[in-house]
Amino acid sequence: MSIVNAADHAANPAHLDTSTGLDNRKMAFWTFIGSECLLFGSLIATYLAYKGRSLTGPLPHAGRTLGGQESQGILDIPLTSLSTFVLLMSSLGMVLALAAVQRADRKGAILWLFTTAGLGLVFLGFQAYEFNHFYHAGLTLQTNLFGSTFFLLTGFHGAHVFVGVIYLSTLGMLAVKNQLGPERSMSVEIAGLYWHFVDVIWIVIFALVYLIK
Amino acid sequence: MASTATVAAPHAHAAAPHTETGVWSWITTVDHKRIGILYFFSSIFYFLVGGIEALFIRTQLIVPENNFISADTYNQMFTQHALTMIFLALMPLTAAFFNYIVPLQIGARDVAFPRLNALSYWVYFFGGLMLLFAAVTKMAPNVGWFAYAPITERQYNPGPNVDFYVLGLQIVGLSSILAGINFIVTILNMRAPGMRLMRMPIFTWMVLITQVLIVTAMAVFTIAITQLMFDRMFGTTFFDPARGGDPLVWQHLFWMFGHPEVYILIIPIFGIISEVIPTFSRKPLFGYNVMVFASVLIGWLGWGVWSHHMFAVGLGPIADAFFALSTMLIAIPTGIKIFNWIGTMWGGSIRFTTSMLYAVAFIAMFTLGGISGVMHSVAPSDLQQTDTYFVVAHIHYVFFGGTVLGLFSGIYYWFPKIFGRLLDEKLGKIHFVGTLAGMNLAFFPMHFLGMYGQPRRTFTYPGDLGWNWMNFLSTMGAYLMALSTLVLVWNVIRSLRKGAIAGDNPWGAATLEWSIPSPPPVYNFRDIPMVHSRMPLWEADANKEPGIPHGKVAEDVNSITVGGTQVGEIEYPDSESKMSAHDLGIHLPPPSYWPVILAFGILMTFGSLIFRNLDGALHNLWFLSVAGVLLVAVSIFKWAFEPGH
Ligand code: HEM
Ligand SMILES: [Cu+2]
Repeated sequence: MSIVNAADHAANPAHLDTSTGLDNRKMAFWTFIGSECLLFGSLIATYLAYKGRSLTGPLPHAGRTLGGQESQGILDIPLTSLSTFVLLMSSLGMVLALAAVQRADRKGAILWLFTTAGLGLVFLGFQAYEFNHFYHAGLTLQTNLFGSTFFLLTGFHGAHVFVGVIYLSTLGMLAVKNQLGPERSMSVEIAGLYWHFVDVIWIVIFALVYLIK
Repeated sequence: MASTATVAAPHAHAAAPHTETGVWSWITTVDHKRIGILYFFSSIFYFLVGGIEALFIRTQLIVPENNFISADTYNQMFTQHALTMIFLALMPLTAAFFNYIVPLQIGARDVAFPRLNALSYWVYFFGGLMLLFAAVTKMAPNVGWFAYAPITERQYNPGPNVDFYVLGLQIVGLSSILAGINFIVTILNMRAPGMRLMRMPIFTWMVLITQVLIVTAMAVFTIAITQLMFDRMFGTTFFDPARGGDPLVWQHLFWMFGHPEVYILIIPIFGIISEVIPTFSRKPLFGYNVMVFASVLIGWLGWGVWSHHMFAVGLGPIADAFFALSTMLIAIPTGIKIFNWIGTMWGGSIRFTTSMLYAVAFIAMFTLGGISGVMHSVAPSDLQQTDTYFVVAHIHYVFFGGTVLGLFSGIYYWFPKIFGRLLDEKLGKIHFVGTLAGMNLAFFPMHFLGMYGQPRRTFTYPGDLGWNWMNFLSTMGAYLMALSTLVLVWNVIRSLRKGAIAGDNPWGAATLEWSIPSPPPVYNFRDIPMVHSRMPLWEADANKEPGIPHGKVAEDVNSITVGGTQVGEIEYPDSESKMSAHDLGIHLPPPSYWPVILAFGILMTFGSLIFRNLDGALHNLWFLSVAGVLLVAVSIFKWAFEPGH
């Protein structure tokens, strides 16, 4: 006879209620990230498929255009390396934020959550600057295939960073209101998963779009 | 349905009905069973809509040079027929079973994220309404379900038709991804104690594989239609060859989704059939392990064969050879499964209920569809067959002979569990005979029509090519199928009120959902069962592991204990218990209206983008998009801080 009594079951708070031992929300997030990989994968694949196939307008890297004349590359690699560095540093901030929440260090949690979000904002600022600069240099969504694929890919990534900034700020506000104790560290862990994922994807994008000619 | 419960629990309100009724309770429900029922009736509704669209197509083709509908209406009809059937009827009908049956099969009280589950349904509901709206206002997509570029570009297709495709499917796809994540977590994490992966009911296994395909394939499709949307609305050039874009990229992205999509539609059916055949053969599934691995393999290979839809494009001999071979490989695990089903029936004591008849017919019809599939996979012969009625015959042997027959089998099988009453077997057999005769009459001649060169997607044909009588037969078959479907609808309506009371386990089946009353109480299981075998309700398991003693969970203990002391007794006099979950110390999530509001916000955001592009009075509704986004933001916020979670 082996029946787990429902009341006993519910009465035991230590009981981890899942078959795999992994928290439901965390597993959902991993699945979501799996799906996101294919979203970004498709965007990146389109970018690569259209690489070097623009008929007109500014090109990413210096080289020859269809007409045979030299063109200036439009991507500013040193500048974007800097913004990439900022985003990478934010991942470090995320790790420190989680550690702070786990050891019930409220001040540290506030500091690092907002630092991480702030670094995300700085990255977005770089991106806004870059987009604006490209726009004035004559590269828009409509100009050529490079413009279409570039803006869609990096814009989609930027939107993810933006969502992450709001997400982290919300958690930061909870910490300010003293509602983010160690018992809720799972929320921060999941936010961290998201943030690291967005960072890692950026490294891939940066390498494929900016570094490889 | 009067029932009594003698309960002396501390805070018992035994007399109070445990479920609320009324429209509002259905709109705000987060109970997986009710959501399953909502999916069930919505998808049956769209199945009828898709059927009517098919009748328009077939009536137009009944005689040559027909003028029943115009060429443009014809284009809308075949596109809308495909979209309705795939996205609004068959996928949601499988979703109805995922929702209702999977938590019961794994011994869970609900899915992992009940409100997300409600959200998936409402997002689908509104997306469906949007596509239906397009169809009745004659603005439906008119470019085929694969929407090949460049005819989908703004300059070749200025109306709102393709916008409905892009935005409607964006919404429906979102619903599928959300549900997919939810079910993957539910299946992996919410299993009853003792239910290891290799003890999971085979249907649940197939759902898991399907959901993995959904969250991956749908993501690719989302990007493809986003790019198409940018082309149409913001002047990008992804698929516009006039400005350097490449229609082939669309085809690759589409079929990278489109081929897995056909597996998304068939793998759940493998699951249904693998439940039905053992039950009615009174034998455990032959080769359970093989079945699981073969299905994982099919799901995996399904990702590597997409370009067999593009042989005619001219990808070159190397690509063609690769995709031809990988496609033929899929026939191996599929063949293995067919042998497993036959092996299960072999020597069993078979009962030919309607459900079983459909399962057997599925094997035969699906095999026919598979054979024409292998014929396609030979690239040179595909060049002859592609874009002819031969492909239409193939699609329908697998979609109708496969998916639909399997779903019918599932309906007859699980209806008694869901509604507590049996469907009428006599009507069921009329439905079966009519459907099977109708489908073969409708689709078999199409093989020959294809061989004789009748192209697909043309609204009429000259009368002197020898196609006339076969087209006539085919249309007659379509009408026969439509009539038989009405028999099913009548059977459902009639049985809901007058059907024989089912009891817990009318078929003597082996899986957990049959251990509880039909329909199950809100909380599903009063006591979470402990699982020792793959077929807990059958004593003798293939592995000779002990089953649940006595075969039933609900009957052997009638006491309610709180913290180890007995506080009351419970009776299950008939299928419906009036015990409230609260009385049993079971906590279920409260109803919520945020899912439906959030889904509506999504509809507003996407829907108003279409009208942005319409001429006339509805111009420039961008503020509706903004309002939609705000609504989405507010409901996410409210959702996150709703009490009770
Ligand atoms: C599992 C269920 C299946 C479904 C639901 C399905 C569905 C479809 C659909 C919808 C098409 C038409 C595409 C179009 O509109 O152009 C198609 C074509 C095709 N199918 Fe299947 N199919 C299934 C199984 C198979 C199998 C088992 C094979 C081969 C072993 C196969 C091989 C092909 C090929 C090669 C084509 C391309 C035909 C052409 O367009 O020339 N299919 N299938
Ligand atoms: Cu295919």
